[in-house]
Amino acid sequence: MATVPSKAQVVVIGAGIVGNSLVHHLARLGWNDIVQLDMGPLPNPGGSTGHASNFIFLTDHSREITDLTLDSVEQYQEMGVFTKSGGFEIARTEERMEELRRRMSSAKAFGIEAEIVDPAFVKEKVPFIETDQFIGAFWQPEVGVVDSLRAGTIMRERAMETGALTVVPNVEVTDLDVEDGRITRVHTTDGSIEAGTVVIACGVWSPKIGDMAGISIPLTPAVHQMISVGPCPQLAETEGEITFPIVRDMDTFCYERQHGADMEVGSYAHRAILHEPEDIPTIEQAKLSPTEMPFTDEDFDPQLEQALELMPELLGADGAEMRYAINGLLSLTCDGQPILGESLVKGLWTAAAVWIKEGPGVGRAVAEQMTQGYSEIDIHHCDIARFYPHQMRREHTRLRTTESFIKTYGIVHPAEQYESDRDQRLSPMHDSEQKFGAVFFEAVGWERPQWYESNSDLLEVYGDAVMPREHEWDSRWWSPIINAEHLRMREAAGVVDLTAFCLFDIEGPEGSGSALASVQQTCVAQCDVAVGKVIYTPVLDAKGGFVSDLTVMRLGEDHFRVVTGGAHGQSDKKWFADRLVEGATLTELTDEVSTIGLWGPQAREILASLSSDDLSHEGFGLLTCREITVDGISVLASRISYVGELGWELYVSFADAAALWEKLLDAGQPHGARPVGIGVYATTGRIEKSYRAFGYELDAERTIVEASMQRPKVKAADFVGKADYLKQREADPQAVLCTLAVDDHTSASGVKRYMLGGEPILTRDGGTLTDGHGHHPHVTTAGSAPSLGKHLLLAFLPPAEASVGNELAVSYMEELYPVTVVSADATPAFDPDNLRMR
Amino acid sequence: MTDVLVCIKRVPDTSGQVLLTDDEQSVDARFVGFTVSNHEHAAVELAIRMADATGGTVTLLSVGPADAVEQLRSTLALGCQAAVLVEAEPTGLGPADVAAEIAAVVQDKAFDLVLLGNDAADSGDFQVPVRLAYALDRPIVVGASSVEIADGRLKSFVDGPEGEETYDLPLPAVVSVLEGGVEPRYPSLKGRMAAKKVEIETRTPTREPVGANRVRLTLPPAEPNEVEVLGEGPGTAPAVVDLFERLAVL
Amino acid sequence: MIVTLVELENGSVSEISLETLAFARSLAAEGGGIAIRAVVVGDVDAPDAVAAELGAHGVSEVLQATGDAFSAYGGAAWAAALQAARESTKSVVVTAAGSPRGMEVLAHLAARLDVPFAANVVSFSGLAPFVVTRQVVGGAAQEEMKLDRRPAVLTVAGHSWTAAAVGGDAATWTTFSPEVAEADLVARVVATGTKDSDDSDSLKSARVVVGAGRGAGGPEGFAAVGELAELLHGSLGVSRVVTSLGWRPHHEQVGQTGSRISPELYVPCGISGAIQHWAGCSSSKVIVAINTDAEAPMMTKATYAVVGDMHEVVPAIVEEIRGRKG
Repeated sequence: MATVPSKAQVVVIGAGIVGNSLVHHLARLGWNDIVQLDMGPLPNPGGSTGHASNFIFLTDHSREITDLTLDSVEQYQEMGVFTKSGGFEIARTEERMEELRRRMSSAKAFGIEAEIVDPAFVKEKVPFIETDQFIGAFWQPEVGVVDSLRAGTIMRERAMETGALTVVPNVEVTDLDVEDGRITRVHTTDGSIEAGTVVIACGVWSPKIGDMAGISIPLTPAVHQMISVGPCPQLAETEGEITFPIVRDMDTFCYERQHGADMEVGSYAHRAILHEPEDIPTIEQAKLSPTEMPFTDEDFDPQLEQALELMPELLGADGAEMRYAINGLLSLTCDGQPILGESLVKGLWTAAAVWIKEGPGVGRAVAEQMTQGYSEIDIHHCDIARFYPHQMRREHTRLRTTESFIKTYGIVHPAEQYESDRDQRLSPMHDSEQKFGAVFFEAVGWERPQWYESNSDLLEVYGDAVMPREHEWDSRWWSPIINAEHLRMREAAGVVDLTAFCLFDIEGPEGSGSALASVQQTCVAQCDVAVGKVIYTPVLDAKGGFVSDLTVMRLGEDHFRVVTGGAHGQSDKKWFADRLVEGATLTELTDEVSTIGLWGPQAREILASLSSDDLSHEGFGLLTCREITVDGISVLASRISYVGELGWELYVSFADAAALWEKLLDAGQPHGARPVGIGVYATTGRIEKSYRAFGYELDAERTIVEASMQRPKVKAADFVGKADYLKQREADPQAVLCTLAVDDHTSASGVKRYMLGGEPILTRDGGTLTDGHGHHPHVTTAGSAPSLGKHLLLAFLPPAEASVGNELAVSYMEELYPVTVVSADATPAFDPDNLRMR
Repeated sequence: MTDVLVCIKRVPDTSGQVLLTDDEQSVDARFVGFTVSNHEHAAVELAIRMADATGGTVTLLSVGPADAVEQLRSTLALGCQAAVLVEAEPTGLGPADVAAEIAAVVQDKAFDLVLLGNDAADSGDFQVPVRLAYALDRPIVVGASSVEIADGRLKSFVDGPEGEETYDLPLPAVVSVLEGGVEPRYPSLKGRMAAKKVEIETRTPTREPVGANRVRLTLPPAEPNEVEVLGEGPGTAPAVVDLFERLAVL
Repeated sequence: MIVTLVELENGSVSEISLETLAFARSLAAEGGGIAIRAVVVGDVDAPDAVAAELGAHGVSEVLQATGDAFSAYGGAAWAAALQAARESTKSVVVTAAGSPRGMEVLAHLAARLDVPFAANVVSFSGLAPFVVTRQVVGGAAQEEMKLDRRPAVLTVAGHSWTAAAVGGDAATWTTFSPEVAEADLVARVVATGTKDSDDSDSLKSARVVVGAGRGAGGPEGFAAVGELAELLHGSLGVSRVVTSLGWRPHHEQVGQTGSRISPELYVPCGISGAIQHWAGCSSSKVIVAINTDAEAPMMTKATYAVVGDMHEVVPAIVEEIRGRKG
């Protein structure tokens, strides 16, 4: 029996696909004293890996998840545990066919071999399928199955061969010690281990282990029902595990996957059946394994009927019996993303809520981050630091996963909003916004007006200039009022609620320079500027990829304020907090300071009517900030714009924000100003200016140079990523971020179509383009540019294609639309000389 | 044509470690769910084979909670035609009560042959079939591994202490079945779908129960599973073969 | 007064009946030294030896039921005999072994007397009220049960008491011929023979199964295990991974989705014993596991374990068997 050592460099808790992959990659990257624990026996300790159906479909609408999947498949193939079977996603409805066409877009964008095929094509490969049950299918020949348990054994063995790994099965973690915010010790039923680094990779049990260290790992164990029907005579004579392609019956939320002589039928159609991590049985208590819960027949019955209709001869064959049926537990999160990275406890990492298809890729990425601070594949959407307190509640996860479970195979619009657990964070202006008929979209709990129904009168004012959309899908979660608001802002002014911004102050003792040193080494831009300057800056990781882009205001010699987007604000906060220089402190102000944007040609007039401060261009220059008084309210005003207009971001205490909002609207009314939603702020105003957004154009796999955001000079002071950034500046870019305009929207049916993002950019005649990374260009942001009367797209193009006037095409729902490059660098498509900002 | 009644009981699946409810009156099935005992699965299998062979039917009967519909449906899926539930709170029922309720149904519906499991997987009473036979004034074979019907008579086979014992008796009769004689089938998809369409007849108990005389349930201390390691490597072969000889498999 | 139904095996008292008497003695002592009587039904080859043996186990008198009604076993007839003995002795407790026959006869008796019946009793606590503890859920749990009617009818679970001769004189021997109603003779054994084994599905019904898993290494790795199965007159069963890899046909799979086996002996070789496989083989009476990994689940759940490479151990076993067979 292996025993628990008293010390380790790193302890990995869990021996499922994720833990096994982690120990392998950690050993490969040079970690030499790894201890892996699991409370179950090997090779199947009884977690979700043990009952997984183990098939891998490659195409996901998320590039991050697709990349992790592709990397995982490569790893499985290298280990010799991948069997290619091919896979179909079949459509029973025209609406689903449209979704499959959208999947084709993603497949092309991410370089996955795929094809839309007719039922006869499916029948040829799956002879026991009934073709009258569906109208078409999405065929991916590279789909396959893996032996995830075998992969785990191989990965553990590889780590053990290097002498780096000790595996101790049948040992349960009982507690974690945290001292001064750092993990120090793991207690087990077989003794304690001192360790400065610990990874929680134990799937459905992770929240329970996280609680031991006081961190929230907000995932919920949820049931996925699966039955095995066999032996089917059509399968019994085949050799090996799988001969026939896997069929995903998308409209019934089911799959049929051959496993030897049996057909496994899995379902995501049932009600969400959630469990608490504490209520999972022990190995001894369980009927099968702890994550194979008793099957609840009645939840599965409707699927049986549909499956039988689809494959009557196979599933209804004599002797084909339901021999195995489980309510298998897997992990779901509030946003559907895994939970990866270092937690708020130093040295305590997580790698949870991961599917078999991503397991090895996740193991590699997390091991890379643990070793070098960055990973080859950007995983920021999965960062555990992303969660705000309201998202750490189990209630939130339960409500959201209850709502999203049925969407596992669903047709989910890219802008689709959750209905549950809303109204968690309300801005001080919320009541007023409701009166304006705000249509609220949620951003990390904040309710943000996307547009205001009260502005619908502007539709008539601007007529066709609001670029109405004919197709329901294109106009779902959208309104032409957004474009009307945009036009009014450019014409007069708009007032925008930006309360969702994440704000934090970095301060140091007077004269210590620690605050400056902290921001200086974190930000690319020169931060040693005069007090009252506003700095827009990228933040890079050690290899020169984007961690964020944000603004920093110098409010005092030893006082900086960081303003960043709400979506990744918590990750940014952790990034800065982890890099504070001795003596510096970080204080979050998100829930104390609200932000209101006022922009447009009338902005100065409006603000001046409420303030006696000097607001002239000379007196209050671009990229400066200062305290002003607006009709008796003390406000920190910053002259900056994300929509390319004259104006300010006004930072005001929550207590005064609603009053300021009302005053601005009142004062603005005679000037034609309107409240304007996030639809303008985040999309139309931004895209006309070709402004880049983190999480869309910018991520850790992109560089400043590729995004054409380099300044003439690089500051002398050192900062994270500087060395690589300097190299990037010297080299030719592998891809160039461009702005493209759609030349003609007319589809074959005559209906004008408007891309929403994610679509592949091709040559005019549909040929594939490939950049220097081997990636295929796809749309990172799509949106109306009402002031130009154009629909604009942002995309990283191969450098050879990145020239203004270059004629290309975008594929949308499997039709080609002509596009032309309108900007091959950061030059805005609208107001290229930024005259309106003055 | 033989129409058989098979009695099944909703019992906790006890393939995992057994847990008790807080009131110590029942087994807690929350991690394992409910099932039907192996004896009863064997009884159902025998009944289906007899019904198939004679063009008869199989009716299921359960005396228990409303949730026993789940077990009736999943057993119907094996190929039974009808089901009756006498709905009653299970903790209040003793073996005599269950036998009386079954007897009432049998008398009402005139089944010639009633099959039951040898003993309930949870309460282990070993007496409901016998009490039923007395309530019906019918002969009973206990612990049968198989049954046959020929010329209106019932042949039943029991693994006795000295070999396979044959019983030969007239109908109507009661038989309790011990697992092992037949391989019970699993449900097919078609069976499961047919089962969904069966309307389950629900009845109320015919009398006040006398109860089970249960004070409480307890858990015995767990016995550790001691593996005997015979040795390492090929040198262990003689010890292994000695063992085979002791087990009389050579 | 306690009366105990005693079963004979090859002419002498069965072990489980002697265990039952140990329980009865304990109960008799608690009751202040009341007498224990034994009932035997049908012919007895050597009454003196049985009387001596039962006397040594604390029985004062043996009541032998004789007559045509007992020429073959029948639960109701035996119960009629026991009922008559109970009445004549005015016994307040009737016990029998927790054997199939003990269970059956006492169930009949309790039904005839309309009193409760406690099966598989392991202990008692107090006489008034008389509370017994008995095995339920296949021995995984116990029930404390009140036996509030007389006679108290119970069977004693096997192995819960240890049979022990306490050195008494030979029991006195009395025969009696109770009347047995015609109805009590309808269900009785008419023939006893050896059972035909069902060969229709050899793996499911095999007495011995030799299993092989990933440790076989490849499709060529099954020769020795096949040979061992043949020598043991058994069948070959494999784990799911073996069929998934195409090394063996699907119908040989043992497990949740394959055949579920319940042999007298299962010899899994190079099978780790994942839950999926265990669900198909856990009913095996004796498991002799052979695996290189002593901590594999199959090795820790087995009855016997041999640590070693199946490719070395199995041929050695085959050779040893051949050697002994000569």
